[in-house]
Order: sequence, then structure tokens, then C-alpha cells
Amino acid sequence: MKYRKPQLLQGNEACVEGALDAGVRFFAGYPITPSTEIAEGMARKLPRVGGVFIQMEDEIAGMAAVIGAAVGGKKSLTATSGPGFSLKQENIGYAAIAEIPCVIVNVQRFGPSTGIPTAPAQGEVMQARWGTHGDRPIIALSPSSVYETYYLTTAAVNFSQKFRTPVILLLDEVVGHMREKVSLPASGRLMVEKQNYSDIKEYKPFDERKLPPLVPFGEGVYYHITGLVHDEHGFPTRHPEVVVRFMERLHRKINHHRKEIIMTDYTGHVEPKVCIITYGCTVRSARAALQKAYLQKRWPVSLLNLQTLWPFPAEEVKRLADRCDYLLVPEMNMGQIVGEVEKYAHGKAEVLGINRYDGDMITPGQIFQHIEGCFS
Amino acid sequence: MKSLREEFLRTNKLPHIWCPGCGNGIVTAALVRAIGKVGFEQKDVAVVSGIGCSSRAAGYLNFNTLHTTHGRALAFATGLKLAQPGLKVFVVMGDGDATAIGGNHFIHAARRNIDLNAIIINNHIYGMTGGQHSPLTPEGKKATTAPEGTLEREFNILELAVSAGATYGARGTAAQPRLLEKLIVGASQNEGFSVVEAMSTCPVSYGRRNRLGSAVDMLKDIKQRSVSVEKLETKAETTRPRRDIAEEGAEEEGETHDKQEEVIPVGVIFSRPAPEFVERYYRGLNKEKEGKEGKEEKEGQVES
Ligand SMILES: Cc1ncc(C[n+]2csc(CCOP(=O)(O)OP(=O)(O)O)c2C)c(N)n1
Ligand code: SF4
Ligand SMILES: [Mg+2]
Repeated sequence: MKYRKPQLLQGNEACVEGALDAGVRFFAGYPITPSTEIAEGMARKLPRVGGVFIQMEDEIAGMAAVIGAAVGGKKSLTATSGPGFSLKQENIGYAAIAEIPCVIVNVQRFGPSTGIPTAPAQGEVMQARWGTHGDRPIIALSPSSVYETYYLTTAAVNFSQKFRTPVILLLDEVVGHMREKVSLPASGRLMVEKQNYSDIKEYKPFDERKLPPLVPFGEGVYYHITGLVHDEHGFPTRHPEVVVRFMERLHRKINHHRKEIIMTDYTGHVEPKVCIITYGCTVRSARAALQKAYLQKRWPVSLLNLQTLWPFPAEEVKRLADRCDYLLVPEMNMGQIVGEVEKYAHGKAEVLGINRYDGDMITPGQIFQHIEGCFS
Repeated sequence: MKSLREEFLRTNKLPHIWCPGCGNGIVTAALVRAIGKVGFEQKDVAVVSGIGCSSRAAGYLNFNTLHTTHGRALAFATGLKLAQPGLKVFVVMGDGDATAIGGNHFIHAARRNIDLNAIIINNHIYGMTGGQHSPLTPEGKKATTAPEGTLEREFNILELAVSAGATYGARGTAAQPRLLEKLIVGASQNEGFSVVEAMSTCPVSYGRRNRLGSAVDMLKDIKQRSVSVEKLETKAETTRPRRDIAEEGAEEEGETHDKQEEVIPVGVIFSRPAPEFVERYYRGLNKEKEGKEGKEEKEGQVES
């Protein structure tokens, strides 16, 4: 594969590059630190590729415009941070029920509310999953480095198209603002989901058996899109059987593709006694702790980096729980993903949360201490 | 004259959900006739709507239709229009939808002068949720959430629109469907943000509580109070608060109405063309593309 010259890039800048390479041609948003560089990068670069950038009057409008543009056939993305992520929730649910592909980047900062502007935190793991009302699945990815931000952004765009769903990319302030040297693939070298509008005659936008791409408005295929529960043609229904089929299909389209959607990165001992399970910028501290425990001390320790947070990598955690005595779950909140780990560990391994909530990163030393505790 | 184009209606979705005597059907029919009259191709038309009784109109129209969230229709439509500039976009909203929860999007769409046609069905009430007061409920009128009559003053939608930057504004009523149709045609022909306020009736959630009689009585009342803007002295006056105009209008016309009852100025309230947003965006884009091509090549240098 061909690569561009190495560049020194921020996570937020890598997100812009990933989005453009994956074919994103529409951005709408509202400024908020620490996500603003994404909007600024888009404002500069989208016009050069014939795309559209618009700064909307608020985040609600940003989310709405992104959905509108997706209905018009553009691959669309918006970026925000904590308070703005809260404002977007209603329309994220709309995208979920209406099955409109779009990507929402949330560069997490310390909350609730204005919190500590703009100290890092990982407080929106559960909001990504459950933030919008109603029962529906979601895909959420969380990168731990600049390069990971690049390729998880492209993955987010591809998943959104393939599964016709909103995809949430959870960055954090550290990853968003951190600079690293990266070589990105040369433009046009990526696997990008292609649209194929064949058999338009029989087109059912919400087909119960397959998941056809959305035919953009303006192509002469007339159908209805609504946030009401609807039938295969998009028209509202409250017929219990149709409602049940609809809800099950919405969940099935994600759950039946867990293998494809779930991405994790495992390093360390193959038969570990202790495994660190974490995500985002905390992976970096975990990696340093692993280095010391596994490479220097030669203890059987490993690290599972959850690049996909939702759907939750349940199988991976189950397998680790079978083999390990301890699962350590560091996160920059008061305990969010640790609950999922406990659920799937099912008492087979002891699950210990390591939490920090003072606006700073968890240190390698803090994690190492806990590892040491497991071996003494 | 048969200008109601059947192919523009999803006849298999009828009968509609609206109550007997509701004005929504009249306004929707005027919209369909207007689209037929301006001669837009079916495939080029998109209808976006918010949430409310009036917004259900989208489901009965055989175009590409997008029924969105409460108050946000204009923001969805902004994205759609920018993505597909060729589309003729009609945005159907209720009074609450457009001016309460959606008020911010309304003024900003007007400010941008984006080529959208906003059709606001003003029944002076939150119909769908059973009769709570909206920013268009006239002061003193009753609602479930203002049992003694609301103390709040109402918006004048078109004044709001004109000061925010809209380039076409008209008021029609469900009592004069032909005029309404003409005004929607005018909106469609304006390249920019157009607003048509369609005064309508909600006999169920507004009329009954305010003792306005039957649906027919309500329509008659609207018709009686309607005065063509051309008959009012100067155009400037039509953008002043309606209460003032009502007083003058009543004097001039020798109306028998109580001074509390306002005249409804109908017709084209303002039309003042200005550069349109999407067209300007794309024009700029082409320029930028030409300018940046040389630079892009350099940045795109690759290494294996
Ligand atoms: C975010 C949100 N808040 C509240 C509602 C409940 N709701 C539905 S329609 C409506 C008011 C509709 O009034 P209007 O826009 O005037 O439309 P009408 O029904 O009168 O045509 C409200 C408050 C909602 N659907 N969504
Ligand atoms: S409640 Fe009012 S606005 Fe809604 S359908 Fe009935 S009459 Fe029409
Ligand atoms: Mg209303």
C-alpha cells in the first residue's frame, strides 16, 4: 500500500483526514473545545474536494443538517464535545430509527455540564450507548492514538453506510489534541463502502430482508422517512406484528454483524493471570504499565484495547475471564465500562476498576500498582 | 379547472388522521395545487416537515418526504438542500413547531436566505398535544396551559421573518384556498427563504375552548377579518404589529368587529430578492476548486 509522507498530526486532524479519505463530503456542526479543530479542518478541506461545510446555529441543527445531507446522498459527519453531544441526542435517535447513515464524533471532556473546560475524561461511554431515548443498538468506536483515530474514523464512516446507522466515534481530549508522527495511506487507497442502487423498481427503503442503501432524494424514487415506527416503505404503523419485526430487525442488523464490527487489539502474555481492559487515551498508560510488568518483570499480564465499545466485545471478555484471575479496568470516570466487564466475566475472574476523576490521566504507575497487588 | 394533480397525492394513505373541520387538509391541497401550477417535476420536489398535526401532511404527498423531529425541520432541510441543490424543498410546520421549539432554526434559515419554502400552518395552538398555548396564541386566548387566557404576547411570524432576512413573506388563510395557492406559487418562484403563513383552524383544540363556534364559523370569521394588503394604505404598515393595523383597518374599512379582533392582512407582505445561500456556496466552491488544484497536487505527494 502506498503511504503519504510522515506527518505530525493531532488526533482531531487525523479524524478530518480519515473522514475525507472515507468519502465524507458534508459536515455541519457548532464549535466546542476540544473538538473545534475537526470543524476547522473540515471548513478548510471540504471545499477543495467539492464538499459542503456549514456552521449551524447549534448542535441540534448540526445533527439535523447532517441527517438531511445524508438523505440527499452525501456521506456526512458532525463533531462535538460533551454539552453538544447531549444536545444532539434526540436527532441521533432519529437517525437510528430512520436508518440514516451518519457519524457523530464526540471528543470527551470533563462533565457533567460545563464541568472542567476542557480537562480530559471518559464520561460518555454510557451516553453513547443509551443517551438517546428508546431501545436501539448503536455502534461506538474509541481510538487510543492518532493513527487509530484515522482508521477508526474511516471504519465509522464505512459502518454507518453499510448498516445504515449513526456511528459514534468517542475521542477524548488527550487523543484529540495529542500530536504523533503518522504515515497515512495515500488518498484513494482505502476500502470505502460503495453505494449501489440496483433494482430501484422494487425498492423498499426499509426492506425487512435486506438492507438496501438509501436512494438519495431527487432520484425519482418516492418514499417516506419518519421517526415514527414504520413499515417497509417508511409509512407509520402501530400494527404490533410490524412493530415487533421492525424493532428486531433494527437490533439484528447490528448484532448479526458483531464479528465484523467488534475490533479489539490484544497484546501481552498469551496465558495471562491479569488482563487490563481499557480504551481511548487510558490504553496509553496501560501499555506503559504492561511494558514494565510483562517485559521487565516477566509477569503473565496482557492488555485488551477496546477499539469498539458498542456493541460490547462480550466474547473477548468472556474468554479472558475464563483464563485470568484478575481483570483490571482503568477508565477516566467513576466506573462505566467496568459494569459491562463484570457482566460478561460472570464471576469467573475478579474485576477491579481503576478510576480517576480529577481531570487528569490515569498514570502507568497507578495501573502498575494494581498489577503488583494481583501478584503479591 | 382541475389543477390538483392526483399523482402528487398518496391516495392509498387516505383518509387522513385530521379531525373533521381541521384546516390542515385545505392548506395541504393548496400546496399540492401550487406545486402543480409552478410546474416543478415530481422528482425534483422534497417535502420536509416537523412534528405536529400539520406536519403529518408530508405523509400524504407523493414526493420524497422527510418527517423529522419537533422544531427541527428547517435544519434537516438545510442539510438536504445543501446536499442536493437541485431539489425544490417545501418545509411544512405548525406554529409551535416553527416559532417555539424551532424558532432558532427559523430565524437562521431566514438569515442565510437559503432557498427553502416554509409553509407555516398557524392554527394558534398546539393541536397535536391537545391545546396548549403556542407563541402564536393571541394574547388573552385560552389554552389548556392558560386556562384564564394567555398573558403572553404573540409573534408576528412575517415580521420576525423579514427582520431575520427572509426574502419573501406572504399570509394566506384556509378560508381562501385559491389565494393561498397563489401565494405558495410566489414562494416557490422566489430564490431564497420564503415564508407563507397559512392561517388555519383547529376547531378541536382551539376553537371549542375559545367559543369560536364550528369549523365553518371559524373559517367564516377568518374570511371576514382578512383584508388584502393592497387595500391597506402602504406596504410598510403591514409589517407593523397587527393590533395597530387592526385598529386602523377597522376604521378605514368601517368594520363592525370589536377592536380586540384584528384584521388579518393577507397577500404578499414582502418580497425583496437578495443573493441566495446555496447558489453562492456552490459558486464559491467552483472558484476554490480552480484555485486550489495546484496546491492539492503538492500535498498529495506519496511515498511507498
Ligand atoms: C422535543 C419534543 N417536545 C415535545 C413534543 C410534543 N409535541 C408534539 S407536537 C407538539 C406541538 C405541535 O403544535 P404545532 O407545531 O402548532 O402543530 P399542530 O399540531 O398545531 O399542527 C408538541 C409539543 C415532541 N414531539 N417533541
Ligand atoms: S387537533 Fe386540531 S390541528 Fe390537530 S387534527 Fe384536530 S383539528 Fe386539526
Ligand atoms: Mg399549531
